[in-house]
Amino acid sequence: MDASDIYQRLTQQFAGDVSDFNGEALDPYFSVKASSIVTVCTYLRDESDLNFEVLSDLTALDLPKENKFQVVYHLYSYPHHHQSVLKVDLPREEARIVTVEGVWKAANWLEREVFDLFGIFFEGHSDLRRIMLPEDWVGHPLRKDYVEQEEYDGISTQREPLVPGVLR
Amino acid sequence: MDDTKQIEPESFQTEDMIINVGPQHPSTHGVLRFVVRTDGEVIREATPDVGYLHRSIEKIGEKVTWHGYVPYTDRADYLAAMFANQGFCMAAERLGNVQVVRRGEFCRVIACELNRIASHLIAVGTFGQDIGAITPFIHALRERESINNLMEEICGARLTYNYLRIGGVGYDIKPETCDRITAFIDHFVPIVDEYNRLLSNNKIFVERLVNVAVITREDAMQYNIVGPNLRACGIQWDIRRDIPYSVYPELEFDVPVGTGEKGTLGDCFDRYMVRILEMIESCKILKQCLKMLPKGPVISKVPIRFRPPAGEAYSRVEAPRGDMGFYVTSDGTEYPYRVRIRTGSFTSMGLIGKLSRGIMLADLIALIASLDVDAPEIDR
Repeated sequence: MDASDIYQRLTQQFAGDVSDFNGEALDPYFSVKASSIVTVCTYLRDESDLNFEVLSDLTALDLPKENKFQVVYHLYSYPHHHQSVLKVDLPREEARIVTVEGVWKAANWLEREVFDLFGIFFEGHSDLRRIMLPEDWVGHPLRKDYVEQEEYDGISTQREPLVPGVLR
Repeated sequence: MDDTKQIEPESFQTEDMIINVGPQHPSTHGVLRFVVRTDGEVIREATPDVGYLHRSIEKIGEKVTWHGYVPYTDRADYLAAMFANQGFCMAAERLGNVQVVRRGEFCRVIACELNRIASHLIAVGTFGQDIGAITPFIHALRERESINNLMEEICGARLTYNYLRIGGVGYDIKPETCDRITAFIDHFVPIVDEYNRLLSNNKIFVERLVNVAVITREDAMQYNIVGPNLRACGIQWDIRRDIPYSVYPELEFDVPVGTGEKGTLGDCFDRYMVRILEMIESCKILKQCLKMLPKGPVISKVPIRFRPPAGEAYSRVEAPRGDMGFYVTSDGTEYPYRVRIRTGSFTSMGLIGKLSRGIMLADLIALIASLDVDAPEIDR
């Protein structure tokens, strides 16, 4: 099934919860309402002709100009060889979404990473701790407005750029 | 003796122990730590603690130019640097609509398959070492050394290659290098029999692996296990064949899967054996590529100030540790807006907590080795 057929199926099933289909993108994607992400994902996994058994990737984008985060889900179906890209918009000041750990266990670690590096809170997650950075790290580095703390545990994090002008 | 004190059954109760494995334990393949709760020798739970090698490669991607990011991708998985190069270049080429010249594609495949053999040799060699057999490791490193020499001839580097460019590859493969690759393949294929004698048919080694830490099909799907670990569960899925990229559709090769020949389908032994078989398949691919290698340039014209139009692309390559995904977003400037690297080791690590319940402490080492997790690839 190609991306627009999948989107048609979802609009019939969840009118109003899915929107903004972009079929011209290299990997066509559509938006899902934050409140209905678990029901949409469960439907995508369980319907036999969709059968998205695998959550390939879960990550986020920081879009400060639009004052939002986008959580991006890449799903893949091995039997049907089709993929689907879901996006959920979250306001930057209230970045919370329900976990999809109950749908795919792989989400456990992937969501922990997004929590660590973006500071997006996943409600209902079984073990939401930082994964890459130490527990006492301040801030979420992959946010566009992240400012590195000047020192960590008494160790300076500052250095002169090796080649001036290469790093922006 | 009538004054013998009756020992009360409660005093026999055991307590759970907390044992720390790593971060510098040689079996953890890099810097990687486990907090293991055991009851005697039996593991109640092993909790992985990762992040020691986090170098924020994704954040660096937002700070350097598109061309300038390629050397950084080498460091994502330094045992298989070529694949990270390819994943990023493919995503950038999709975004910028760049056509790769045909000779460049073949050079990529040759370099990648050599790299796959090198990476699997490390996996197989260290597997033996972790179980307690030092000799196979030395034999594996000896062959890997020949591949490193070939890589040095191809691109001048032995570990972090920085060989691929957006639009092709950096340097052409010379005819004499092709001859040396052919000579290496002819030498290497019989060597695999040596590994089979040393390890695959070694009773001690086999008994340490069969029926240990079985991954079922359901777990593999739920936890998104990829690459050789997925194929060891009997699922014939290979990105090179099923979501074809580069010139793989023109090449003939088999996708070996686990058969459960010695024990249960999806046990540690299957994961070991799939890697041995894949090395032979890589040799087949290399031979075909060397025969089909067309003439021409190796890189197409790509502007130095490469500015792909705004958009996003997700590319998948079949790396030695499975599906490596690059999710790259462009905002139309000289710098990527965001680069996300999705790696096979990261998702495999998520499964270790579950698989470790109820196995012996020594089997945990076999489990880590069989998944072939690579700490730099987990942490990025």
